[in-house]
Amino acid sequence: MFEPSNVIVGLEIGTSKICAVVGEINSAGALNIIGIGQARSNGVRKGEICDPVKAEEDIRNAIVEAEQMANVEIRSVFLGVTGNHIRGFNNHGVHPVVSADREITEEDVQDVMKNAKAINLPADHSVIHAVRQLFQIDGQTGITNPVGMFGARVEVDVHVVHGHVNRMQNPIRAVKSLQLDVDEIVFTGLASSLALLTNEQKELGALVIDIGAGTTEYVVYCDGVIKHTGVLAVGGDHVSNDLAYGLKLPLGRAEQLKIEHGSAVLGDADRGQKISISNELGLPAITINREHLRRIMSLRLEEIFELIEQELAELGLLNFIRAGVFLSGGGARIPHIQTLAEAVFDLPVYRGSSNSISGLKSALDQPEFATAIGLVRFGSFQQKQKRKGKSSGFLDGAKNVFTGFFNK
Amino acid sequence: MIDQSPDITAPETSTPFDATPVQQTPINQTPVEPTPVVPSSGPRVLTAKIFGIGGAGCNAADHLARSNFNGTFYAINTDAQALDKTGLQNKTILGTRRTRGIGTGGDPELGRIVAQEDVANLKSLTTHADLVFILCGLGGGTGTGAAPILAQAAKENGALVLAIVTTPFDFEGNRRQAQAQTGLQALTAAADAVICLPNQKLFKILDENTSFVDLFKTSNEMLADAVRGVWRLLTDSALKPVDFADLCSVTRARHAESAFAIVQGVGDTRVDQVVEKLLAHPLLDAGEVLAQSDAVLVSLVGGADLSMGEVNRLMTQINRHCEKANLVFGASINDCYQNKLSLTLIASRSRKADLKPEPALSSDRATSPAQLGLDRSQFLDTTTTQPDRRVSRVLPPAPELTEDARNQIIGKRGRKKMLSRQQKELPLEIVSKGRFDKSEPTVRGGEDLDMPTYIRRGVALN
Repeated sequence: MFEPSNVIVGLEIGTSKICAVVGEINSAGALNIIGIGQARSNGVRKGEICDPVKAEEDIRNAIVEAEQMANVEIRSVFLGVTGNHIRGFNNHGVHPVVSADREITEEDVQDVMKNAKAINLPADHSVIHAVRQLFQIDGQTGITNPVGMFGARVEVDVHVVHGHVNRMQNPIRAVKSLQLDVDEIVFTGLASSLALLTNEQKELGALVIDIGAGTTEYVVYCDGVIKHTGVLAVGGDHVSNDLAYGLKLPLGRAEQLKIEHGSAVLGDADRGQKISISNELGLPAITINREHLRRIMSLRLEEIFELIEQELAELGLLNFIRAGVFLSGGGARIPHIQTLAEAVFDLPVYRGSSNSISGLKSALDQPEFATAIGLVRFGSFQQKQKRKGKSSGFLDGAKNVFTGFFNK
Repeated sequence: MIDQSPDITAPETSTPFDATPVQQTPINQTPVEPTPVVPSSGPRVLTAKIFGIGGAGCNAADHLARSNFNGTFYAINTDAQALDKTGLQNKTILGTRRTRGIGTGGDPELGRIVAQEDVANLKSLTTHADLVFILCGLGGGTGTGAAPILAQAAKENGALVLAIVTTPFDFEGNRRQAQAQTGLQALTAAADAVICLPNQKLFKILDENTSFVDLFKTSNEMLADAVRGVWRLLTDSALKPVDFADLCSVTRARHAESAFAIVQGVGDTRVDQVVEKLLAHPLLDAGEVLAQSDAVLVSLVGGADLSMGEVNRLMTQINRHCEKANLVFGASINDCYQNKLSLTLIASRSRKADLKPEPALSSDRATSPAQLGLDRSQFLDTTTTQPDRRVSRVLPPAPELTEDARNQIIGKRGRKKMLSRQQKELPLEIVSKGRFDKSEPTVRGGEDLDMPTYIRRGVALN
């Protein structure tokens, strides 16, 4: 039964932790999470590897842990990529239908997709994903699957996510050096959204914000399709760094304080409050002003949300987000962060959880694992597609089909 | 807009901006009336003095003088040879002692020092003027260094000072550009308004085959146009005149940077042509300047066939592009402009640092000085003294000093400046980025997001 293709592994190389999640497609065709492995990450800054040797060691530890827990041998992974270099934008493709009877075939769809992907990227960038939005036939809009319909002109909108080739090669290289294959690379923001959102929420319009340690990714769904993606290379590390600077503490201590006493909003009760902590050498206690701690934190987090809000407002997407904002990543654990996000976006804000997948309940509830679980989910879509053959490139029910391609 | 005749004096003199910008200038603390400039009987005529300072400035003033412009011209330079060549009536040479009449060699600091030394002389030149135009080309030594001193001197004598300057072409090099920018800042601080014509923008107007001589001629012509435009605004007999007070309200004490444009339209579609040309005007940066300006002065000249609808259409369109601005509008009819329409526009923007929550910045018509009892007839008719009359900007000339006393004052001033130039700069405080010191900075909208937010936003932690 354990034929290798049934096991899908998602690997996220994060700034604070490296996380490998093992999923399995059971006989009924449903995805089940069977193992999880994680390791503290040392060689990564702002979502990108800065010390390959350390990063490799950490990846090995995470993979080994996941293998033990799931009792499988991991041969290949779906790898999450992120970083400041990744950009998303919408493009449009047009294709005239040439067949005599004007019936649109699978080939026409492939061609129109090809046209939509022909974009002027910067020379050193390559496409990570080209996600179909909606088709248009002779001006008729809102068509999800044009195959078999009649028309003279097929058009399609795609959302293209692209990134710097060499910088995306770094994590691939690290994984390959461990004798593992990379099935595909996936933008981590997209993976998180796959883990968190149900189809109804995508239909209604949703914003997923994944606040990691090094980067914050965001993805907007409107009418069931991806409308916008982005990366902001600011995250929890920045909060710790701000605290270390502002409160004059070592980074490790600042991080600890952030976890123990942090909050995203500055309450009235915090005014003038002090925290006493003992020195790491056991010397007399230092006193920290809790008001300052929370003010520094709340300013930084507010800024992150405001930057995203501004970007979406400029694109006019805010009105289409009706299901609300879904937070994931370690940042979603910060107390009162929902209140802060609600104030900035003026939308309902939820802490996302991957309830639509079965498996280890303890893992699914954690916002930190959303990305890795999403990677597995992405993998399961790809496998289903492969199993169906090339007959139709579509997911049942879901309009978003990923035609990610990946060289080398 | 026309229906609101400026001759109706609204009785709301107690509005909050009774405190006009006039009172912000320290030299006007004491009311002086009647002013010595003004003859005690008969309508007063505005007097303008035009100063060309530095080589380029003298050339521009010379150009303007040849076009029969009615005003008193002065040429000021440090280079005796160049000064000889100009055909202007009044020539003043600066700093013969220091530079021996061979110019400053492009050193603005030297230009400033020699002007500083001759400041009494400059001051005596600028007396008895309502309006002082300073023409100069920034970037060199004399114009850049001395023009701010001249502007200051003229302002202390109570004149409204409009500096109309050019900045160098890009090909003249970075140093001159940098000098020009410094000079421009000093000049904006000293003059009431500065209209700046970046020479580089001439390339957008002229085609490649234009001769080099014509290039400078065009530059001079633009400067001259600006002077003539402002002058025409004030002096032409008009349907809806723009008076001196209007001009003051737009420029005075704002230390503003201004942009200037003259456009014309001919035929039935003249309004559309004017609007189109205005928005495409290189000096207005495709309408960008209009959007940012907080005071806009518009003067129309048309033939007798200028219709109400046309004026309305034109002004609504201009208004739409500068909604925040205090718009001052004037119109006159000239038979030469039959079937034509010419529009002169001065848009000025206060420098950020000078922006005060002045109500005068609102676009409310009530900000017009006409409604504050300062309309033209009253302004010109100085025989009627009003009980609540505000301080005049026109001050008597400085008291006569003996040669010794003058030298003493100049000496003192010079020494003080010399000392202040020794001021050391403090090193910039560098905020360490801690963990992100060596990583690629995350920059968004010009901000380095790796710096703590609270520092960038200036939130103080006590």
